[in-house]
This record gives sequence, structure tokens and C-alpha cells, in this order.
Amino acid sequence: MNKKQKFFAYPYVIWMFIFIVLPIVLVFLYSITTKEVNNIKTINFTLNNYKLFFDPLYIGVTIRSINLALVSTILCLVLGYPIAYIISKIHSKHRNTVLLLFILPMWMNMLLRTYAWMTILGNNGIINNFLNMLGLPSIRLLYNNSSIIIGMVYNFLPFMVLPIYTALSKMDQHLVEASHDLGADNRTTFLKVILPLSLPGVISGIIMVFMPAVSSFVIPRLLGGNRSLYIGTLIENLFLVTGDWNFGSAVAIMMMLIILVSMSILNRFDVDKEGSGSNLW
Amino acid sequence: MGNKIIELKNISKDYDVRVLNKINLYVNENEFLTLLGPSGCGKTTTLRILGGFEYPTEGDLFFDGKNINNVPPYKRQINTVFQKYALFPHLNIYENIAFGLRIKKTGDGIIKEEVKRMLKLVNLEGFENREIDSLSGGQQQRIAIARALVNKPKVLLLDEPLGALDLKLRKEMQLELKHMQREVGITFVYVTHDQEEALTMSDTVVVMNNGEIQQIGTPVDIYNEPENAFVADFIGESNIIDGIMNEDYLVTFLGRTFKCVDYGFPRNENIHVVLRPEDIVMVPENEGYIKGTVTSTIFKGVHYEMIVNVGTFEILVQSTYQSSVDDRVGLKFTPDDIHIMSKETWSE
Ligand SMILES: Nc1ncnc2c1ncn2[C@@H]1O[C@H](COP(=O)(O)OP(=O)(O)OP(=O)(O)O)[C@@H](O)[C@H]1O
Ligand SMILES: [Mg+2]
Repeated sequence: MNKKQKFFAYPYVIWMFIFIVLPIVLVFLYSITTKEVNNIKTINFTLNNYKLFFDPLYIGVTIRSINLALVSTILCLVLGYPIAYIISKIHSKHRNTVLLLFILPMWMNMLLRTYAWMTILGNNGIINNFLNMLGLPSIRLLYNNSSIIIGMVYNFLPFMVLPIYTALSKMDQHLVEASHDLGADNRTTFLKVILPLSLPGVISGIIMVFMPAVSSFVIPRLLGGNRSLYIGTLIENLFLVTGDWNFGSAVAIMMMLIILVSMSILNRFDVDKEGSGSNLW
Repeated sequence: MGNKIIELKNISKDYDVRVLNKINLYVNENEFLTLLGPSGCGKTTTLRILGGFEYPTEGDLFFDGKNINNVPPYKRQINTVFQKYALFPHLNIYENIAFGLRIKKTGDGIIKEEVKRMLKLVNLEGFENREIDSLSGGQQQRIAIARALVNKPKVLLLDEPLGALDLKLRKEMQLELKHMQREVGITFVYVTHDQEEALTMSDTVVVMNNGEIQQIGTPVDIYNEPENAFVADFIGESNIIDGIMNEDYLVTFLGRTFKCVDYGFPRNENIHVVLRPEDIVMVPENEGYIKGTVTSTIFKGVHYEMIVNVGTFEILVQSTYQSSVDDRVGLKFTPDDIHIMSKETWSE
């Protein structure tokens, strides 16, 4: 990088510092102190916030959140891979249109999209209305784990499809032909060539879905009701309801750690040696 | 040689337009056959039909006497060396070469031996654990050949495999490829648009243009007896001159009548005369059949290439002797050097 280019990077560096580094430092500061941190003289360091996090109650919350995020991620993968594969096989004339149709809902606010599911799944929602019309009894669809998972899969599916689609569409078609040429039928070609080569996309997709899924509070709040706590809703509660910013910060930092660790584990599986860009990290 | 291993009968291929038109061709066992032609003439398409990556719109394709029109590529005993090599980037050299054998569920011990043997054949011993992108273009190309040959195909298809290499490496690889082909005794169908490459390596050359075969023959035939002006023009540099075939063995061009060795044309037929630049001898003006003025002279390494203006035509002449620009010279050639082609087959 020459001097001039470095110069152009300054605004970004400053922006990063103000909006990313500074808040994290502040959150960290809150997490290791008691009460307010705005008065340096009365500042009081403690590790109690972290100790509290390891209380079985909160460990349970964490495990529940991770479980939910994992299930959503796996479902997104199972649904998203075939979708990405099909889109990449569509004739290039129509491919962008299909892709656009797929991304379109993402332009809408996530809150709205999630509300939409409430009206679909609710007790007086579309599905139950339809069941009643057929003379069947209503079933309880909202406010349980499945409704949260439905909401997550719906909201985060495009984040799985896009990186996989990118990896697939960038793949040299001659490699598939070479595999056929060497005697591999369609199934073997998929397993030995297409799947391994799209792995970077899959890993990006998993990260892109798992991260927001583990920390989301809108979806558990709207579709899960208040029946059980998740990390996202726990943090929200601590900040907005209880007002315990210090413990809230500790939970937030722990969540960041969880995400960081899972990301670095995943990156180990990244076989993409040329860093082909479908890897978003 | 002997058996026809591949036969194309009236093969045509249409995309938006017709790109191959009624290709009839057979390839003998152990033959080195080259498809030669300018860019876009349909060489790759022909090769892809042989490999099974495209299906012909019309016509029939036979392998060992059996129709294989609808046989998918993975069931053909044919392997391909792709133009861009298409090596698998997620596998190392060993696994790339082993790919075909693993599909056939070959035992690990045999795979190990075979890979080693192949790496020796392509002169890359000890490269087993290297990654693909750590190899040079020429090395990748040889791995691509090894990956195909290890399957012991009956036919190997090669699509301009040397196109990406520089001249020196290309010459070396030409020799190596020819050597390998003899050593392993496999039929090669080779695609190139480099006429020199085609002439030096092949047993049989198929010259194509605009999706049609122009001529099939040995390199010597193609060079010495081009069947039409396209072939003459495409193979080496040629002087193609309008002329009239007065009668058998007698032709008039550039204002003079010459003896020649061709016959069988209608009397006074308009024809093309092909004179190879290296067949023309430059002599003092009064000794030549045709007289003219040198308008340019270029040193080409082994010989000089001169253009001689003879009034109605500019003739290209190659000679080891140099004449200067504006020299008056005479040109001589023997009846053997005059090649006659009928005008209808002009196809450009
Ligand atoms: N998939 C395709 N769809 C439409 N047209 C095609 C397709 N593949 C090839 N063509 C056309 O068919 C013609 C022959 O192409 P081909 O690739 O066989 O030429 P080639 O002789 O191999 O040329 P080159 O030396 O440049 O590789 C070209 O005009 C090309 O544009
Ligand atoms: Mg080609």
C-alpha cells in the first residue's frame, strides 16, 4: 500500500475506532466494574458479573440459545444449499431475476417480516383460520421453539443462500466436466468436486446465519413470547428492564466470545486456499 | 494402426447457427490426429462431441463400431486434457492424478504405483504432495495429461493443450507429447490452430473452416497438395494466383504458359495456382520465367523473405540469398512446384 492509499484509509480507520472499537471497550469496561463508570474516582473493578454468568440459570439460557441457533443454522443449510444450487443452474438470462425475488424480502425491515409471521402463525392467524374453515380445531403454533425457528430460518435463509450461490456460480464449469470425463457420475461429481469446492460458501453461510441467530432478540421476543429467556432477550432485559448494565455487558462480552470461538473453529474447516472471496471473513 | 476406433458420420451441430456441418471423419487406433483450423471453426465443438460434453444435432458417432450418441461422458473410454487444464484446486497433485482410479475403486497400493509411474512419464517425479497453484503452466499441463493417461483411455482428446505456454516450452512439450503418445500407444485427437504444431506432431491432419472439413491427409499431403485455396492459404504462406488451365499439363498465369503436373480439369477452366514461397528460385533477371522488382526484404532468421512485384501481382519469395529493394530479378520454378486448385472449392 503506498502512502496515498494509506491516507484514503484514514476515514475508515477513524470510523472503525469510533463506532466499533470504542463501544466494545466501553462494554468491556462496564462488564468489569460495579455500577456507573462515568466517574473515574468512584470506579470499582470486579469479576462478579462474569461469575454470575456461570450460574446454572444463565448457562442454561446460553445453551438454549446456542441450541436454537444451531438448529436454525442446520435447517438454513439443508434448505439453502439446494436452493443455491438450483439458482446457480438456472439459465443465466433468468438467474438474476430469481435471485432478486429471493433477496427482495431482505429489503423489508426484519421487525415487519417477523410480525408477518405472527399473523400467519397466531391463534387467529391465517393457518388457524384456514383450519377452522375446514372444521378442524386450532393448533397452537405461536410462542414455542418451532415458531422461533421458523422465524429465524425465514429471516436468515438468504444469508445462507447467497454465499453458497456465489461459491457455486464462481466454480469453473470445466471442473465438473473434468470429473465426468474421469468417470464420475453426477452423484460422485457432486460429492467429490462440487461440494468441497463450495465449502467456503457453506462456511460463510453458517457464520452469517449462526451469528445473528444466537444473538437475535426480536425473533424470540415476538415469536417466542416471554416464556423462556435467550441470550438476546436476556441482554435486552438487563439493559432495558432491570437496568443492570454491568451484568448485561458481561453477558454481551461472553456472547461475543462464543461467536468468536465458533467462527475460528469453522475457519479451520475452510479448505479454500486461494481465499476466493466467497469467504466473507 | 488399422482399426477405426472413432467414426463420425454426418455430424452436425446447431447452436443459434450451424457451427458444424456434416462432419465425416474416422480416427484409426494409435493414430495422432489433429484438428486444425482458424479460431471459431468448430474444433472445440468437435472435440466436445467426442468427449460427450455436447450432443450432435444430427449424425452418428461410433466408438469401436458402437453408436455412442447418447452415452454420457463418464461411460466413455475417452479422456480429455482440457484447454485450461481444469485440475481440481482442492486436491493435491497425487489426488488429482488418482481421481479416476479412485472412482473405479482401485486399491491404494495400485493407485500409489500408477501415480508414481505417471509422474515419471511426465517428468515430474516427487511432486505428489504439491498443491496445484504452486505449479507452472507447463507443469500443470503435464499433470493434466497424467491425470487423463492414468485411466488408460483408448482415446485421449487434447484441446490446444500447449496454447498457454511460451514458444520454447511449447516446442519441448510438442516433442514430449509425441514421445508419450508413441510410448503409451494411445490414440490422440489433438486440437490446435497452430499449423506448424499440427504438421510436426500428427500422423493425420484434418483442416477445418467454418464448421466444415476442408481436407484430411498426412502433413506432407496437406502441405504439398492443398485441395483448395483455403488450405493452401492456411498452411504456410502461399502465393495464390488466378490462372487458366489450357489443357492437361498446361497452365497459363501471370501472362505466360507453363508446363505442370496436374490434369483432369475442363479445358480453359479458371483455376487457382499455388506457388510456395520456398519453391521459387530467384535468378538474374534474364534467366527468370517471370521478371519483377523487389519491393521489400525481411530477414527471418534462416532465410530472407522478399516481395517481388511482377506487375499484376506481388509474389512472396523465400531465399537464403538477399536481394535489395528495387533490384530487378527473375523467378524460376519447376512444373512440380505448380499446384492447381479448382476455384469452386474456394471457401472463405
Ligand atoms: N455453447 C455455445 N453456444 C453458442 N455458440 C457456441 C457455443 N459453443 C461454441 N459456439 C460457437 O460455435 C463456433 C465454433 O466454436 P468452437 O469453440 O468449436 O471453435 P474453435 O474452433 O475451438 O475455436 P478456437 O480456436 O477459438 O478455440 C463459434 O462460432 C462459437 O461461437
Ligand atoms: Mg477451441
